[in-house]
Amino acid sequence: MNKPLRRIAIFCGLLIMALMIRDNWLQYVRADELNTHKYNRRVQIERFAHERGNIITADGQPMTSSKETSGSDFKYKRAWNNGTLWSPVTGYNSQAFDSSQLENIEDKILSGNDDRLFFDRTLSMFTGEKKQGGNVVTTLNSAAQKAAFEGLGDKKGAVAAIDPRTGAILALASTPSYDPSVFAGNSTADSKARQKLLEDKDKPMLNRALRETYPPGSTFKVVTASAALENGLYTSIDQPTRSPVPYQLPQSTTPLKNEGNIPCENATLKVALQWSCNTVFGKISDDLGNKKMIEEADKFGFNDEVFTPVRADASIYPKDNRPQNAMAGIGQASNRATPLQMAMVAAAVANDGKLMKPYMVDQLQAPSLDVLSKTQPEKMSQPLSAANAQKIQAMMENVVTDGTGKRGAIDGVVVGGKTGTAQHGQNNSEKPYAWFISYAKTDQGSPVAVAVVVEDGDANRDDISGGGLAAPIAKAVMKAVLKK
Amino acid sequence: MSVVTNTTTIGAIDAPSRRNTELALLVFAVAIPVFAYANVGLAMTGKLPSGMLGYGLGLGLLAGVGHLVVRKFARYADPLLLPLATLLNGLGLVLIWRLDQSPRLIQRAKSAFGAFHPDAPKQLLYTALGMALFIAVLMLLKDHRILQRYTYISMAFALFLLILPMFFPAVNGAKIWISIPGLGTIQPGEFAKIIIAVFFSGYLMVKRDALALASRRFMGLYLPRGRDLGPILVVWGVSILILVFETDLGTSLLFFGLFVIMLYVATERTSWIVFGLLMSAAGAVAVASFEPHVKLRVDAWLDPFGCYKTTGACEQIGQAIMSFGSGGTLGTGLGQGNSDLIGFAANADFILSTVGEELGLAGMMAILLIYGLIVERGVRTALAARDPFGKLMAIGLSGAFALQVFVVAGGVMGLIPLTGMTMPFLAQGGSSVIANWALIGILIRISDTARRPAPAPAPSPDAEMTQVVRP
Repeated sequence: MNKPLRRIAIFCGLLIMALMIRDNWLQYVRADELNTHKYNRRVQIERFAHERGNIITADGQPMTSSKETSGSDFKYKRAWNNGTLWSPVTGYNSQAFDSSQLENIEDKILSGNDDRLFFDRTLSMFTGEKKQGGNVVTTLNSAAQKAAFEGLGDKKGAVAAIDPRTGAILALASTPSYDPSVFAGNSTADSKARQKLLEDKDKPMLNRALRETYPPGSTFKVVTASAALENGLYTSIDQPTRSPVPYQLPQSTTPLKNEGNIPCENATLKVALQWSCNTVFGKISDDLGNKKMIEEADKFGFNDEVFTPVRADASIYPKDNRPQNAMAGIGQASNRATPLQMAMVAAAVANDGKLMKPYMVDQLQAPSLDVLSKTQPEKMSQPLSAANAQKIQAMMENVVTDGTGKRGAIDGVVVGGKTGTAQHGQNNSEKPYAWFISYAKTDQGSPVAVAVVVEDGDANRDDISGGGLAAPIAKAVMKAVLKK
Repeated sequence: MSVVTNTTTIGAIDAPSRRNTELALLVFAVAIPVFAYANVGLAMTGKLPSGMLGYGLGLGLLAGVGHLVVRKFARYADPLLLPLATLLNGLGLVLIWRLDQSPRLIQRAKSAFGAFHPDAPKQLLYTALGMALFIAVLMLLKDHRILQRYTYISMAFALFLLILPMFFPAVNGAKIWISIPGLGTIQPGEFAKIIIAVFFSGYLMVKRDALALASRRFMGLYLPRGRDLGPILVVWGVSILILVFETDLGTSLLFFGLFVIMLYVATERTSWIVFGLLMSAAGAVAVASFEPHVKLRVDAWLDPFGCYKTTGACEQIGQAIMSFGSGGTLGTGLGQGNSDLIGFAANADFILSTVGEELGLAGMMAILLIYGLIVERGVRTALAARDPFGKLMAIGLSGAFALQVFVVAGGVMGLIPLTGMTMPFLAQGGSSVIANWALIGILIRISDTARRPAPAPAPSPDAEMTQVVRP
């Protein structure tokens, strides 16, 4: 009987061996794959097991914090210091609903999983300190952000402010806003709060400063004027233009009129911008042609997404037929721009024609506050020469002193601006958007350029104008940056 | 002392008893779980667990009593079996206690049953009962050959035990429990495993020559006569049928394997292995295609994450596999993993996931080796046994043990479809731990008989006669 016994012994040995091989396969070969498997809740548990790093303003105020929770295997959840104010900058971070924008893009640093934090992690493993995330230091100016947010108040709209010299984003407000804290956890209440936000017809979770494009209206005339000067259509801003009133749109029987009775016939560029003459800029756009207009718009950043690193939607200057191109030259037709894009236009003019790439992350810090990386300002393009930029500056400053933008003026500071009232809806049926773009100048160049859009559906139609609604907000933001 | 050259097969004269080896190993078998216990406490609460002294003393006392009984009643028994079983049982208790501390499982129990009852104290009680049965086996069963007398009674009793759960309600889809008010539930299948091995051994020992020799050649295979094979085939068929109706597939697989192994060993005919494999393949395919409960498990085995978010039928196996993966090579450390995510049966069928996650590949290898060693000692006992009944009994029990380990561990690790059995000694479950202690007791008894020095030759009456000078 011993021969079959020995064979059974071998068989039992094979059984145990099969188990061992399978175990090695699972725990050694496939360990990484299983450890990071999308259904593996341990990934989430680890993610929320320690305090997340914070997103901080340039002046050192944290926008976020971490809150210890109970009743769940997720120990910490994200909290915000005034979430409604900062959510357009930070995005959200939720135990149940993932994250967005900066919270998402810089997640590795914030959660402490970045490779650059390897040394810190290893060190804390030996010292027994709790794992901690690193911080993201942004370029945002808390005073400017507050001014923008309070200026918008309960109106729907957005503000983007940039430092023209570097491209650093100073303010990024969007209203109505939301507090990401309400769904940072994973309870039913969180899920309900999020559902309510998603169903809100005012779209509070939409980041209007980066992710919504509006017809830029008359503020786009700054780009058209730049195109005219850059292409040598006119060389001086005081030279009369060859433009009739009303201007007959090419290949069309529709006349292009001006708002009200303003001196636009053969007006100089300066006067035309001062009174926002549709006829003059519509004709310039047509004289230059679609191709040249697209080229100039592209140099200002149109037709491309901008990564700040949070993605901003591409603003559009369309390829189109002649009458539409003429309309696009005054910021109508299918011409669309994000508030950030229009702030970039104002910034390029203010910075003597040099457009800096907009960015909002200044530094990434380790938990120990060591700087892991610092963003260096970067030139994006040169939409216009310094000489032409100074000409446009003179025109925009004239708008504020003597034109439609008087409500953007600040005592003792040189301010250039441009108003805009963009029609939208079928046959101009809906209430127009009020725009204002501007910059302020000191003796060290321009520290701030702002774009404000107010899409206020509540205000009386006749009251809606860039000068009336949007300019005071831009003024408040500029004053906050200038500390006036 | 004479030179001992062969201690493995036929018991050599004057084999060393190795009782002191056993004692030394038992010290480790108690110390390791005690350290593990301290480890869990330190990891989970930051201090030494308050029950540590009691736990250490309890386990030590059980092991000590076990050792003394072996020393007294089975002097020449295999020295490894008791320490290995003690170590597994002790580690099992620590793992169950560790899962008792899991807030997730406590929460789960509270929302499902309204209250949470820790399993570790119950398991300690069952361990004590198991040890008591182990001692009883050693004290009462002076010679394993006595069991031979109860061949047919065993058959009847095994069938009775198997049928019994049919009259009790199904628990989680399987009718394998009987509940006794006040005592809790018993899984008779665990005991039937041992009793049916007694029947098979007794019957096959008597009939093995007939089965092996009085056979007809049919298609290249030797088929025994119906009157020899008939009774055993009937018993086996009935038990498999019962188990299939009770949807206890793990146990039916175990019974089938036990049957084939013992028949093969008794008859030494390879054709039984061929038959067995063919029949089990056919049976497995048939059951998998007719029984929806099994079909789901086969699907979950083929793609552990396929139905993860839809039906949830593969959730447990998916969780178990991720548990193993997350443990990696060295594991997270006792008390620091998340194997409790498995939820239901985390401390029973799936206790190996906790080993995998918290002790890692290293711990799993150690545990599998311990099981392998127990099986190896069992097979060695079978080889060393001098009587066919003992041989059959020992190989049957150790083969069943090996199959059970393979089916459970293979199921949990996704090597084979999940069938639902307990990991011997490690898993929470009273019947399992008690029955397995009895199994170890019988193996120890057989190994004692096998290794016992041959008695001194009896004085020959003839020789005596020649010396007596009668007047």
